[in-house]
Amino acid sequence: MADRKVRIATTSLAGCFGCHMSILDIDEALFDLLERVEFDRSPLTDIKHCGPCDLGIIEGGVCNAENVHVLKEFRRNCKVLVALGACAISGGIPAMRNNIPLRACFQEVYEYEPGTLGHHLPNDPELPLPFDKVHPINEVVHVDYFLPGCPPPAEAILRFVGDLLAGRTPAIDPHLLHYD
Amino acid sequence: MSAKTFLLDGQPVSFVDGQTIMDAALAAGVYIPHLCHLPGYRPQGSCKLCTVDIGGRRGAACTNAAVENVDVKCETQELNADRRSLLQMLFVEGNHFCPSCEKSGNCALQAVAYRVGMRDPHFPHFYPAHDMDASHPEVLLDRNRCILCELCVRASRDVDGKNVFAISGRGMRARLIVNASSGRLADTPLAAGDRAMTVCPTGALLTKRQGFSVPIGRRTYDLKPIGTTAPARETQHG
Ligand code: SF4
Ligand code: SF4
Ligand code: FES
Repeated sequence: MADRKVRIATTSLAGCFGCHMSILDIDEALFDLLERVEFDRSPLTDIKHCGPCDLGIIEGGVCNAENVHVLKEFRRNCKVLVALGACAISGGIPAMRNNIPLRACFQEVYEYEPGTLGHHLPNDPELPLPFDKVHPINEVVHVDYFLPGCPPPAEAILRFVGDLLAGRTPAIDPHLLHYD
Repeated sequence: MSAKTFLLDGQPVSFVDGQTIMDAALAAGVYIPHLCHLPGYRPQGSCKLCTVDIGGRRGAACTNAAVENVDVKCETQELNADRRSLLQMLFVEGNHFCPSCEKSGNCALQAVAYRVGMRDPHFPHFYPAHDMDASHPEVLLDRNRCILCELCVRASRDVDGKNVFAISGRGMRARLIVNASSGRLADTPLAAGDRAMTVCPTGALLTKRQGFSVPIGRRTYDLKPIGTTAPARETQHG
C-alpha cells in the first residue's frame, strides 16, 4: 500500500480553469503532494483518457454532450469523485445563460456580433452539441464530495485532498467555506 | 429574582410575558438562526430556519411565545441538518450565483448557509426566470434571489408607510410584486434610503451603483460570521 501512489485524475468541463489554478496555488506543497500521488488524465498531463483512479476532481458544470462523456468516464474510473468549485456544484456563472434561449445566445455571438466571420452558426459534427441548460455535475452522475468556492481557496483544496489521502472524511475549515 | 426564564440549549434566558422565544433570545444576546424575522417586525414564520425543539415539540422560535421553565433546544445536529435542507431548497429555488452577486459577503442567506456548513445544493436546480425590475433610478429588484421573507413588505407598509411591496401568486408561482398599476418600481414612492431597502436579507433588493464597494475580507460576514455579533442590537441580520 505504502509504495503505491494514489492516482488522481482532474478535468475541466464547463469551467474556466480557475479551480485548476487554485489547485496550483498550493505552491510548493505540490512537491510534497507529488511524493504521494500521481496524475492520470488531467489538463496538466498528456493522458487522453481516464484510467482507474482513486480520486477524480471535476471543475465546471455540464454544458454540452462532450462534457457528459468525460464526466461519465471519470465516474466509471474514479473511486471517489469530487465536485470542485461553484460551476461543478450549481452550474455557476455559465448557468446564467439558462434563462436565455440557446438559439438567441448563439445568434447574438455568431450572427449579430459585428466582425463575426461567416455569419452562421457553427454546424460541424466535430463540435459537441451544446445543451439548452448548464447543469451541475451531480445532476448527471453521483458525486461523493463537494468543495465550494469560485474558486475554492488553495488552503481548502490542500486540506480536503489531504483528508481524502489519509482516509478521513474531508473537512472544510469554516473560514474557508465560501461560495464566491 | 422575579423574572421568568426558559432554558435555551441549557442556558437560562429571561423573558416577559408575550415575548416570543426568538425575541427573548435575541434580546439576551443569543443567536437563533433566522431569515424572515427582525426584532420589532410582526413575526412571519415562513423561512422555518428558526425551528427549535420546544419541550419535545418542534416550532418556530419567532412565532412561539416563551413559556416559563420550558426546555428549548436550538443547536442540535438534527435541527441544523434540517436547516441545511431548508437552505438547499432556498438556493435551488432561486438563481443564487454568489460569485457575481453584489450582496455576497453581506448576505444573511449565504451567511446562515455557511454557519450550518452547507456544501452543496443537493436538490435539482429550478433555474427560475422571474422578472427583474431595473426601472427605478436608484433601486434594482432581482426576483430570482428573493426568498419571499416579506421583510420588505412589512418594512414598507409598517415603517416607511409606503406599502410598495406585496406577495402575489400561489405555491410555486408566489413572487414579490410591486404595488403600482404598471407593476414597476419606478412608479412607486420607494427611495434608496427606505427601511424596506435595508431589511432585505438577500441580494434581491439592491441599491444601484453601490455594488462591490467593500473589499473582500471586510464585508459584514467576512469579519464576523452570522450569529457572532451582538444580536441584541440587531437592526439587520447578524
Ligand atoms: S442573494 Fe446571497 S445567496 Fe443569493 S446569490 Fe446573492 S450572495 Fe448568494
Ligand atoms: S425582496 Fe428581499 S426582503 Fe423582500 S421578500 Fe424578497 S428576500 Fe425578502
Ligand atoms: S425566522 Fe422564524 S420562520 Fe423565519
